[in-house]
Amino acid sequence: MCLAVPMRVIRVSGLEGDFTLTPLAVVEAQGIEKDVRLDLVDQWPEIGDYLIIHAGFAIHTLDEKEAEINLKLLREMAEGLK
Amino acid sequence: MKYLSEYRDKKLIASLIDEVRRVKTAPLRIMEVCGTHTMAIFRHGLRSILPGDIELISGPGCPVCVTSSAHIDGFLHVALLDGVRVAIFGDLFRIPGSQGSLAQAQAGGARVEVVYSPMDALTLARKHPEELVVFLAVGFETTIPLVAATILEAYRQNVNNFAVFSSHKIMPPALHALLGDPELCLDGLLCPGHVSTIIGAAAYEPIARDFGISCIVTGFEPVDVLQAILMIARQVAEKRNDVENAYGRAVNWQGNGRAMALMHQVFEPVDCQWRGLGVIEQSGMAIRQEFARFDAEKRCDIKLTETPEPKGCLCGDILKGKKTPIDCPLFKGRCTPLNPVGPCMVSSEGTCAAFYKYGVV
Amino acid sequence: MKKLETVQLDHGSGGLASQELIKDIFLSHLDNPVLAALEDSAVLETDRGRLAFSTDSYVVDPLFFPGGDIGLLAVHGTINDLAMRGARPFCLSLGMILEEGCPMEVLRLIVDSIRKASCESGVPVVTGDTKVVPKGKGDKVFINTSGIGFVDKGVDISASMARVGDVILLSGSMGDHGITILTQRAGISMQGKLRSDTMALHNLVQKIIGLKSGAVHTLRDPTRGGVATSLNEIAEAAGVAIEIDEAEIPVHKEVDAACEILGMDPLYLANEGKCLALVQAEYAREILQAMRSLPEGAEAAIIGRVTDGPAGRVVLKTIAGGSRIVSSLTGEPLPRIC
Repeated sequence: MCLAVPMRVIRVSGLEGDFTLTPLAVVEAQGIEKDVRLDLVDQWPEIGDYLIIHAGFAIHTLDEKEAEINLKLLREMAEGLK
Repeated sequence: MKYLSEYRDKKLIASLIDEVRRVKTAPLRIMEVCGTHTMAIFRHGLRSILPGDIELISGPGCPVCVTSSAHIDGFLHVALLDGVRVAIFGDLFRIPGSQGSLAQAQAGGARVEVVYSPMDALTLARKHPEELVVFLAVGFETTIPLVAATILEAYRQNVNNFAVFSSHKIMPPALHALLGDPELCLDGLLCPGHVSTIIGAAAYEPIARDFGISCIVTGFEPVDVLQAILMIARQVAEKRNDVENAYGRAVNWQGNGRAMALMHQVFEPVDCQWRGLGVIEQSGMAIRQEFARFDAEKRCDIKLTETPEPKGCLCGDILKGKKTPIDCPLFKGRCTPLNPVGPCMVSSEGTCAAFYKYGVV
Repeated sequence: MKKLETVQLDHGSGGLASQELIKDIFLSHLDNPVLAALEDSAVLETDRGRLAFSTDSYVVDPLFFPGGDIGLLAVHGTINDLAMRGARPFCLSLGMILEEGCPMEVLRLIVDSIRKASCESGVPVVTGDTKVVPKGKGDKVFINTSGIGFVDKGVDISASMARVGDVILLSGSMGDHGITILTQRAGISMQGKLRSDTMALHNLVQKIIGLKSGAVHTLRDPTRGGVATSLNEIAEAAGVAIEIDEAEIPVHKEVDAACEILGMDPLYLANEGKCLALVQAEYAREILQAMRSLPEGAEAAIIGRVTDGPAGRVVLKTIAGGSRIVSSLTGEPLPRIC
């Protein structure tokens, strides 16, 4: 029960750090925009961040640095094996 | 989509498979705990490109499949009450209980709404103040905090005609119960990616230690799954049983503390019946007394009565990974997605539905 | 579980539940060789040549949606059903079932759409009927259209004509209509350029079947049930296997994103302006170019071929390099979070 997708933050509304005032973000992927709730993120997102979206809620801010490092390793492995 | 399509790259997939072949020292038996993994493995046809001696076994991680028939019957009971409208995730619509499914209840006049988010169920409640809107909640740690946040929002806005029927379950107690079965010889677990986003990779340390099994947290794209299989192959070759994280972009070691806190603020662990696995101690999540007015079971005075599993249905053993759908006498005969007998056939991420739909070429 | 004894929404989904209903109820009572072929339209021999005849009903909710409305669908859908047998559509009937209280302005807009679609496609509405049902017994407007067309000499197109070696073309991107309608529902709404693809395909069909006599074997418009279900129906009717290549199937990026978010597979989503064409391999390139030269086929692609595998089997080569079976739709596609 875990379908969740990464989408990019284009707007944030609500009061930074106050999660009781309807914390909302608009996120985007490939031309599709969706309103999502920020009640569960453990850090307040910035414009351009990627959030992992599950059933209308952001559950995590995607760690882009971690993703780049991992992909780089995988690509090096793929090149090395050629 | 960015951060999805990179992980479907054919070149990376091919190189990972080569590397698995190179590293692997013995046949591997791996359980994917999460139903979304099962779906991803079938959707991308990964079984057809993996070495033949890597066996992937589907575990109990489809929340709809492990929901007991007592709960499904309870859901149906609520849906048929006067003045009630139920809201569900689409996954639940066709699940059969002993008295039929919500789809059939709808044909009989019940008001059933498919929503994308629990917050949409709350919106429905505000739109229909004359009705009681009940969200029929199934799900694991990924989903429970969302429902907790929705209940807190209903509390803040003082919405009185909204309630939740919780059949929520949590993963670690079920994994303990499952792995305690000596018949289940596994080399590694693919741990559920988005459950782990919430509970953190550290949650698997007791499991890796107590059962001597490699636990790899991973995501749902082909590269994620193959990377995790490679890590298990390496651990087996090096005779290690550790927790490793192949999904660093979405999961960290300690998890999402905020989501966990919200979950525990609204819900508390209770003993819970799992379809096919029986009662597992402290594996369910019930609404705390403080929020009792949002608890549909209390509000509608529902008594759950367990009914026996349908005759001949192997869903129980399939959920434990002991049998495959091919072993079941009902599979593709009496049990099809159109006329499902057991829950594993009807849930889109159920093992039987995945076998039926995607087959193995 | 016992057999369902009431009609369920799934029976109208265009998938396996619909097929079961057709076999159990309709074919068992009304069986005849023309009906039993279960083609998009019936082709009947007459003294004056071959007549194609088809009917379809439209109950879409909402009535108006990005890219079209129920009026456009009602004209395009029946024209396309005729075109899928290679027929030249000749005329349409229009049956309207209106709910008491439906705003006159809504009706005017819909009928104006019907006028436009009929003029643009050159297929006139020549007879009609209107009924009004009491409030609550219908949903504003339901439409039925029937159509008659003529099939030229030498044209013989049906699902059973597909042959091993045929190349499979899709006239454009997949899933646009289905996802557009689905995301109009409260709670599943999202913003973005999702538009129904509703379009008449008879000109495109005439163009491709005119290129080389007999080169086009099968045509199907993958409406409800999507490309997956249409291919299964063809494979079964012709007793062949089909292989398609995921990487080659056109899907708009917005549709792709919406599907990822909602956990849906575009192979099962409805299209209202696309056709599958199974054609003799040596003419496939030429037919592709002909499709692409028209606006309605601008994004056409070769997506697969007919093979001599087990009869009725449809296999997808995945982008990951694996392969899997593609089965028919079971019931109405629903968003999932699992």
